[in-house]
Amino acid sequence: MQLFVEQVINGIGNGLVYGSVALALVIIFRTTGVLNFAQGEMALFSTYITWKLASESDGFGLPIVAAIGVSMAVAFVAGAVIERVLIRPVEQARSPLNVVIVTLGLFLGLNSVAQLIFGTDPQLMPSPFPEGNVELFSSGGDAVVVSKDTIGLIAVLVAECVLLWLLLQRTKLGLKLRAVAANPDSARLHGIRAGTMLMLGWGMAAAIGALAGSLVASQRTGFDGSLMQIIIVYAFAAAALGGFDSLIGAVVAGLIVGIADALTVQYVDPLEGIEVVVPLGLILVVLIVLPNGLFGRRTVERV
Amino acid sequence: MSSDGTGAAVEPAIGTMPEAAAVPAAAPGERPPLWPPLPRPVLIARIIIGVALSVVALYAPFYFTPENNRIISQALYLSIAAMGLNLLTGFTGQVSIGHGAFFGVGAFTTAILMVDHGWTFEATIPVAAVLSGLVGMLVGFPALRVRGLQLALVTLALAVLFPRVASKYVEGAGGVPLLRPPRSDFASLIDGLDDDQWAYFVCLIITVVLFVLAWNLVRGRMGRAMVAVRDQEIAATTVGVNLAGTKVGTFALSAAYAGVAGSLSVMIDRIADATNPILYLQRSIEFLVAMVIGGAATILGPAVGAFLLVWLRRNTEDLIEGKEILAPAIFGAALIAIVYVLPEGVVGGVRRLLARLGRRSSGSAARPAPASASDMPDDSINPGGSHDEGT
Repeated sequence: MQLFVEQVINGIGNGLVYGSVALALVIIFRTTGVLNFAQGEMALFSTYITWKLASESDGFGLPIVAAIGVSMAVAFVAGAVIERVLIRPVEQARSPLNVVIVTLGLFLGLNSVAQLIFGTDPQLMPSPFPEGNVELFSSGGDAVVVSKDTIGLIAVLVAECVLLWLLLQRTKLGLKLRAVAANPDSARLHGIRAGTMLMLGWGMAAAIGALAGSLVASQRTGFDGSLMQIIIVYAFAAAALGGFDSLIGAVVAGLIVGIADALTVQYVDPLEGIEVVVPLGLILVVLIVLPNGLFGRRTVERV
Repeated sequence: MSSDGTGAAVEPAIGTMPEAAAVPAAAPGERPPLWPPLPRPVLIARIIIGVALSVVALYAPFYFTPENNRIISQALYLSIAAMGLNLLTGFTGQVSIGHGAFFGVGAFTTAILMVDHGWTFEATIPVAAVLSGLVGMLVGFPALRVRGLQLALVTLALAVLFPRVASKYVEGAGGVPLLRPPRSDFASLIDGLDDDQWAYFVCLIITVVLFVLAWNLVRGRMGRAMVAVRDQEIAATTVGVNLAGTKVGTFALSAAYAGVAGSLSVMIDRIADATNPILYLQRSIEFLVAMVIGGAATILGPAVGAFLLVWLRRNTEDLIEGKEILAPAIFGAALIAIVYVLPEGVVGGVRRLLARLGRRSSGSAARPAPASASDMPDDSINPGGSHDEGT
């Protein structure tokens, strides 16, 4: 029981990371209709920036919280610039595959530039959370022990999701963003600067990625250029499971994927090494039953 | 080969209308021509180019070093896989990022049959094709429910899963999921040819056969059904296209192409490898890139793209001495540049250029071509999710 609860909490921690990256994917998808394969590497690059700012030995030794803040700001600007300079001109060619190629090019480029600038050795990211474990509650003599890292990660990412939800649902800016996502042309007719909103969408997604990447890296005993590779696959899975146009869906699906993965690792021995089968199989089944995902809107197609 | 572009400049009706609508224009009872008649200079130019290309292709292995022959053969098997993806994504509009998995099924089928069962290499190719085709068919059924981006992600999962599953069940020397058939198993079956030349010719012949097959397929009834499914699924079913059959069939065929490519890759690279967890995802991406930069929904596009890709990768590898790590960045930048300059891919771009030239020279003499060239890209290049996913 105690093991089960611990695994679920670990799963929630990982799941929120997948959910955050999925959230970034969904924001970009909803505002610009682009499947951003470079999301993971954008986050990797920002993670390296955080590391460079925070590291005592190789960097500037800023406090880690400040470093994450600066890195998110840089990521925000860079995301907006990428949208304006790389994505928009290609998008106007009206071929979705071309944009996919651009994001794949970004994926390759960012990864190798990051390794060129910051080196290929594994690096240690300082953690913004206190060390040690917390005893949550005890059930029949067994204490449920969770590290403060995991709890901090969960708290920050939950706060991030809530803030994002408030921004999108309760502010004028959020309304504009959603209007552009729903119908750019109508939004333009109402005097919304659609281009600015698209840049904002990319900027937000990049900043979310920076936060998620930095936190994940701080949990690991070291990170290198392959940090985001598996995370991005799970994030894609979560985005698909959640319906790809639903923000809540992305987070919930991220949690499902994370928990399913953690429990498989713990309990299903025959699948050792191929645990990834479970979340991916789950997604396949859900998508066959509900092709638009758990929270996706059904679309009516006019012929 | 199939250059609807030049055809469209002369016969605007063909360019702007679906083929099916243009066919009844022929006299009743008479079999309509398969493709619009070509102007003589175009025909002659094509024959000359074709002959020249054949001569180059046949002479190349004797001119190049074995190392270069190996690289050209890599480009050849890459073009087969890109062609397979093109049938599915370019013509039928089903985006797949999972073709690396089918490629892997082909590669491991060949490697296992050779290493564990002592088959000769050439005999394993059809088995690899059939097996990966079957896997493709299995994947094709869920693909009936899942569309567009969701499908892309389901297939992405496939590519991520494959090396893990393979590494679980395949054990090569030293417990590593990696099979290396002995070099002698790929020996040339013809006396006058070296091993690398033999490998090149095997690849070349299979590539040509499969490309001609694909060309015939997309020109016929099946090809029209595929394009109809891509452009407007619901409308296609109302005119009697068998949606499920077309999709599953294309999936199977497309996977079989990737499987043949995988099988050939064992001969060229002498390895079937599942140690790198994202290798087959990278393969899938390669196929997609080759298809798009060459020109989706064209016949020559995948081959042009594959050669361009291999050439780019080769030349970006040692462009900056001491900074090998930058190679992927230059490669990625080159990809972005190509998409910028030639949004319809190389073949699409050349077509558009030819159409413009053709209109300039023949337009005034024959008749004003009503907006045919500007509409053409929608006809010929409409890869992937042309159907709006209702975002």
